Amino acid sequence: MAAKKVKREISKGNESIALGALHAGLDAYFGYPITPSSEIPETLAKHYKKELPVFLQAESEIAAINMVYGASSCGARVMTATSGPGYALKLEGISYIACSEMPCVIVNIMRGGPGLGNIGGEQADYFSLTKGGGHGGYRIPSLAPNSVQEMYDFTIKAFDIADKFRTPVFLVADGYLGQMKEGITVSKPKIKKYDKSKWATTGAKGRDPNITVSIYIDHDDMEKYKIYLKKKYDKMEKALVMVEEYKVKDADYVFVAFGLASRIVKDVIIKARENGLKVGLIRPKTLWPFPYKTITKVSEKVKGIITVEMNQGQMVEDVRLAVEGRCPVEFYGRCGGNLPTAKDIYAKLEDVVKKLGKGEIKKSKAKKAPAKKVKKPAKKATKKAVAKKAPKKASKKAVKKPAKKTAKKPAKKTGGKKRR
Amino acid sequence: MVNKKDFQLTHTKPKAFLDVYPEKAGDNTITHYCPGCGHGILHRIIASAMDKLGITDNTVMISPVGCSVFLYYYYNTDHIQVPHGRAPAVATGMKRYLDAAYGKNKKIIISYQGDGDLAAIGTGEIINAAHRGENITVFFVNNAIYGMTGGQRAPTTLPGMVTTTTPYGNDDKDFGPPFLVSEMLTVAGGSYYIERTGVFDAASIKKTEKAVEKALKYQMEGKGFSLVEVLSNCPTNVKMDAPSSMKFVKEEMTKYFPMGVFKDGGKAVKR
Repeated sequence: MAAKKVKREISKGNESIALGALHAGLDAYFGYPITPSSEIPETLAKHYKKELPVFLQAESEIAAINMVYGASSCGARVMTATSGPGYALKLEGISYIACSEMPCVIVNIMRGGPGLGNIGGEQADYFSLTKGGGHGGYRIPSLAPNSVQEMYDFTIKAFDIADKFRTPVFLVADGYLGQMKEGITVSKPKIKKYDKSKWATTGAKGRDPNITVSIYIDHDDMEKYKIYLKKKYDKMEKALVMVEEYKVKDADYVFVAFGLASRIVKDVIIKARENGLKVGLIRPKTLWPFPYKTITKVSEKVKGIITVEMNQGQMVEDVRLAVEGRCPVEFYGRCGGNLPTAKDIYAKLEDVVKKLGKGEIKKSKAKKAPAKKVKKPAKKATKKAVAKKAPKKASKKAVKKPAKKTAKKPAKKTGGKKRR
Repeated sequence: MVNKKDFQLTHTKPKAFLDVYPEKAGDNTITHYCPGCGHGILHRIIASAMDKLGITDNTVMISPVGCSVFLYYYYNTDHIQVPHGRAPAVATGMKRYLDAAYGKNKKIIISYQGDGDLAAIGTGEIINAAHRGENITVFFVNNAIYGMTGGQRAPTTLPGMVTTTTPYGNDDKDFGPPFLVSEMLTVAGGSYYIERTGVFDAASIKKTEKAVEKALKYQMEGKGFSLVEVLSNCPTNVKMDAPSSMKFVKEEMTKYFPMGVFKDGGKAVKR
């Protein structure tokens, strides 16, 4: 990938996604405004009828995803961007798109939820994005940048993955990453073009009809087709895993975090190492495929793993799957738009080290003993840890926050010009 | 043994149709529609118009959810089957991209929808496509009932009609009067040509032939959004034999769904 132009500029997260899409050869954008993602269509609108041939603000998220389905079927490089509530509306369309193997990029700048939630950043759509929020059972690659640079780079990569494997691709961030401003290197790489003539619906002149469809009435046909899709998912699983291992080689304890949470965790690691504690970070850059193998390998030699998320524990379930009881897995999370602070994560790390630091003998036993014995101590530890931490924090803040909220809400309803 | 060469073929299947239907399971020489169903008539009318206008090679057809989901079995064109009600949005995405990639109006998009698809779940998409004046052609089959799912009430169901979800007769005070799509879309700013016709007798079929050709021609000329609402029979679910069901459309449905042109040249027609 020879870089044509390399320049440094300061960019906002959402804007760098738009820029990445344009540099990837975006043909069409369809979307509905929703905070905190609206800068994406707003940036692209400025390029409409110039570098961007097709741009339409759709009447709804449902209409938008169906416009994406149509344009993709015709061979376009096409994108839509939204947040949680809009992503939920798109799920039926996404299911059709996944089944009929239409390439496209779907951006989800996650916000507080469920329901209308708020416009703060969360990572609470993890389950829906990775376990197939839409119906029928499918797998969609999910790229999770943690910087403005990655938001630019991963967007370009997403279009390539989409065309290479004929799949929709999720670009997953949160409200804060979307608003962040950082310096980025704009590389405008050479874009590989894929031949879509065998399936694109452009008019059947001189060939057999191309049919974009997701219906298989005959049960055997449906099963055969799903086996075919599963083989593709297996291929993608092998080819697309991206993970960062930060100071993991000699680590006694390892964090697992993605997106913005991983940036905060890195601060914690730097401080911990200054204090003589060997800590590292495994950062999934793809949420699906998930880096199970990396985590499994590391879980065989560390004393404990701490998952940090901006939700109430979603990715931690995948971490536990990978660890399979080899070592204790702890969770720390904040949500509602509140971020886990470096201070609080560090305190959690200290707690975990205190608790598990005595576990060296247990650890060596665990390696020799059958799996069941390893599991029991781990479960007790996590329950206690959660019980210790959660009530304190919940009780302190739960008392304060409701009072604040009731005071604020009427003001918002009557007067506020706050963007929704 | 009869030799085909001894006979002169005067009527043939339109070329826009495939000779046999490879996508269809079972007998791939007949359609899946019920005997006497209006879909068959309208399908043929559209195919003939495509032949006449020479657009088959450059057309993409959109099939909905409904009995006509399998429209893609029959036509020698590219196809996309789409979620329930969303065809106008899919059409929007396709047309705008194809215009940009191949030149304006070089590719023709046809959306074919039933009353559940267009007048219930798809109202958002059809109104906005008409409002924006998307340069597409929509054929709306109105048979006042839900066919594929077994005969439930549609927004277009007549007062008193027995359906599976109105077993004692449709109460229009409770569930609303028959939904008037042509009237509603006439008001949409971007709609160019709206006509209601039928396929229940020779005269109405002739009108439909003219309307279908006109609606497609307008798209070729880039005039804007065109929709032909076609009153059709559903013998199976209205529980009549085919001739009686056509009589039902001619005599009963036309009382609630007045026929004729509502909008042409982008202007409402005085009625």
